[in-house]
This record gives sequence, C-alpha cells and structure tokens, in this order.
Amino acid sequence: MLTNPAIRRYNRRVMLLSIVYAALLFATIHLFVQGTLHGPIAYVAALLPALPLIGIFFVLGRYIVEETDEYLRMLMIRQSLIATGFMLSVMTAWGFLEGFGLVPHIAAYYAAVLWFAGLWIGWGYNIATMRRAA
Amino acid sequence: MKNRLKVLRAERDWSQGDLAERLDVSRQSVNAIETGRYDPSLPLAFKIAELFEMAIEDIFTSPSKTV
Repeated sequence: MLTNPAIRRYNRRVMLLSIVYAALLFATIHLFVQGTLHGPIAYVAALLPALPLIGIFFVLGRYIVEETDEYLRMLMIRQSLIATGFMLSVMTAWGFLEGFGLVPHIAAYYAAVLWFAGLWIGWGYNIATMRRAA
Repeated sequence: MKNRLKVLRAERDWSQGDLAERLDVSRQSVNAIETGRYDPSLPLAFKIAELFEMAIEDIFTSPSKTV
C-alpha cells in the first residue's frame, strides 16, 4: 500500500470533492426537476456539479507538484497519461461513430467519466508493473 | 539500468525499507530501482552514491556498457 503525506493529502482532497460533487449534483437535479431554475441562475446552477470535478483535476496536479518521491510522481503521471489516452481514444472513436449516425449522442461530461475510468486502468497498469518488479 | 544496490544493501544487512528510510523515498522506489525498472534521477543517484560512499558508476552500470 502506497502511503505518504502527499498521497494522504491527495486522497483526503479527492474524497472531500467527491462528496461535494454528489451533494451539488443531487441538489441541482432536484432544483431542475422542480422547474425552479430559469435564466442566468440556471446556467450557474448547471455548472455547479462541474466545479468539484474540475477541482479533482487541480488536486491531481497539486499531488504531482507536492509529491517528493520521484518514482511515485512518475507513477501518477503515467496513470494520468493512460487515463488521458483512454478518454481521448474512446471519445474520438465515439465521435466518428456518432457522426455517421451509428450511435446515439452522449453528453460531453462523459469525457470526465471516461478519464476517471482511465485512471483506474492506469492504476491497474502501475500495480501490474510493480508486481512484476517485486 | 543494472545496478549493485541489492548487493550493497545486503552487505549492510539493510532491508528495502531501511534503505528507503535513509534515502527519504518509498520502499517501492527502492524496489523499482533495484530491479532496474526505474532509473533514478541524477540527484537521487548522487544521494545513493553518497550514502554508500561510492562513485555513481561503481553502483550503476552505464547502459552503453551492458550491450
């Protein structure tokens, strides 16, 4: 198990932002379902769930800056690159499929969903390389 | 990059954790360097060399010499 102050800070921040995200998402959905949001305030409310997710991207960047162990830093950078590559590949492929009318349209925020899924793939890759090295 | 880290560590009866603590890095870092899966930066290589009171090239084998 990898634990050091930078990782603990990263985990704590991600957990906090995830809770904020869930709370804002449910609150915003509730308000939109009620039909109480109109005009500019509706735009602000719709953007609220995006903010904690953007915060998580920032937190990951902070971790890379704060991590003093160069090997662990390299692992996170590789994990992020795998996530980015995965997300870009799927979104690009989906875009062409969608463009030719073969698949339905998906909301742009699925890019973030795919990126987070890609982080798990990158994490698995890192674990596999570490097991081979052990 | 091939290196003698495991041997040098064993000579001193240090575990990977002991060496990691002395270098102020994670045990995973020591393991990755020892097994040649990660090449340390120059500052870390110097730190390792200084800890063992040896020259870097006495610990790490130049990739051009391993072909």
